[in-house]
Amino acid sequence: MIPAAFDYHRPNDLNGVISLLQEHGDDARVIAGGHSLIPLMKLRMAEVPHLIDLQSISELTGIESGSIIRIGAMTTQADIIDNASLASSAPILKEASLQIADPQVRYMGTVGGNVANGDPGNDMPGLMQCLDATFILRGPNGEREVKARDFYHAAYMTEREDDEVMVAVTFDAPKGGYAYEKQKRKIGDYATAAAAVIISKDGSTCKEASIAMTNLSDTPVFCGAASDALIGTSVSAEDIKNAVSSMIDAIDPAEDNRGPVEFKKHAAAVVLSRAIERAWQRA
Amino acid sequence: MSGKMQIKLKVNGEDHEFLAEPRELLVHALRERLNLTGSHVGCETGHCGVCTVTLNGKSVKSCTMFVAQADGAELTTVEGMGSPDNLHVLQEAFREHHGLQCGYCTPGMIMRAAKLLEEIPNPTEEQVRFGMAGNLCRCTGYQNIVKSIMAAASEMNSAKEAAQ
Repeated sequence: MIPAAFDYHRPNDLNGVISLLQEHGDDARVIAGGHSLIPLMKLRMAEVPHLIDLQSISELTGIESGSIIRIGAMTTQADIIDNASLASSAPILKEASLQIADPQVRYMGTVGGNVANGDPGNDMPGLMQCLDATFILRGPNGEREVKARDFYHAAYMTEREDDEVMVAVTFDAPKGGYAYEKQKRKIGDYATAAAAVIISKDGSTCKEASIAMTNLSDTPVFCGAASDALIGTSVSAEDIKNAVSSMIDAIDPAEDNRGPVEFKKHAAAVVLSRAIERAWQRA
Repeated sequence: MSGKMQIKLKVNGEDHEFLAEPRELLVHALRERLNLTGSHVGCETGHCGVCTVTLNGKSVKSCTMFVAQADGAELTTVEGMGSPDNLHVLQEAFREHHGLQCGYCTPGMIMRAAKLLEEIPNPTEEQVRFGMAGNLCRCTGYQNIVKSIMAAASEMNSAKEAAQ
């Protein structure tokens, strides 16, 4: 499978990227790990006359972890898994990253590519909505911030403008228990259903909760009502059932080769119940 | 558009320079320009892992990388592991434990396993299975592949201890 021909650019700084994006408009796309874009180009479902490789831009890499966490867009899933400090301040990142694709893909796959791509199958967007993360975009007029919960409009349609680059994601270090639970047909497949959950407790009462779901609509789904359904409860089996039922109202899965709508709702209910139980045990 | 570019690669310790279109896949450059045909072409969609090579210290699927992205990189392919007269410990273990049948997936298995054992020198069976999850085999059922890698790990660890 040979993609259509393209010109290759490997700028050394972000200004170089942005001026190429301005010069070539729709004809240019940035490439990070390339494990979504290259298969599309090989299938000729994407034609990219100007490919801008971000690999040499050092300001896009790196993880700062403390009470506020900042992860550069070109940080790979393998970098996340290996970062001990991040594993202690936000362990849900490692738990989710280990469930993405396979080892070879995780060496290449980046946080920025995963969140900016807009594929509903990607795991990081739902996770970032659960964490209430902020995305930092840089364009010709400087940087702007967009909340992960406001970023996704539809499949592959996001808040990012064509001449903007995803620079980093930031979020407050999550408190309490966490879980990322994913059902997939095989290693390397996208989720049939996945749930990201963060819960904090006060004594035996749930103080805060955040729930987001992956690949159950054409965007990730932050489930505000399901999160609220847990707050103030003791997270009993009944409370979990109520949260799950709110989540089911919020998702809008489509039938595809992973199964019919009813099955996806069933899988979504199972992964969310498990995720809530695990997060609550860890809280 | 679509001019050729000068590509530099260091493969198995040897420097190479050639002109190629940026869209050429790394696996094709290795096989067809450098005649390193150990890296195979299988699914061509990034799933099967037969094209796995080590690039700048990472296991990557060379069918899912353009040669332009690899410009300037250092690579190891299966040809850099051992020779017929002097097999790498992993290759010897695959032979000893029957870790292959048709052999098509073996170069990718060897390359990925070598990197895995570098990162986790003394893995559990579960770690081997998880670490090899990006490489598919349609013959063996994986049992003997896992056995071969575990045996190679133990062999490499004893050699290390003996050296100390």
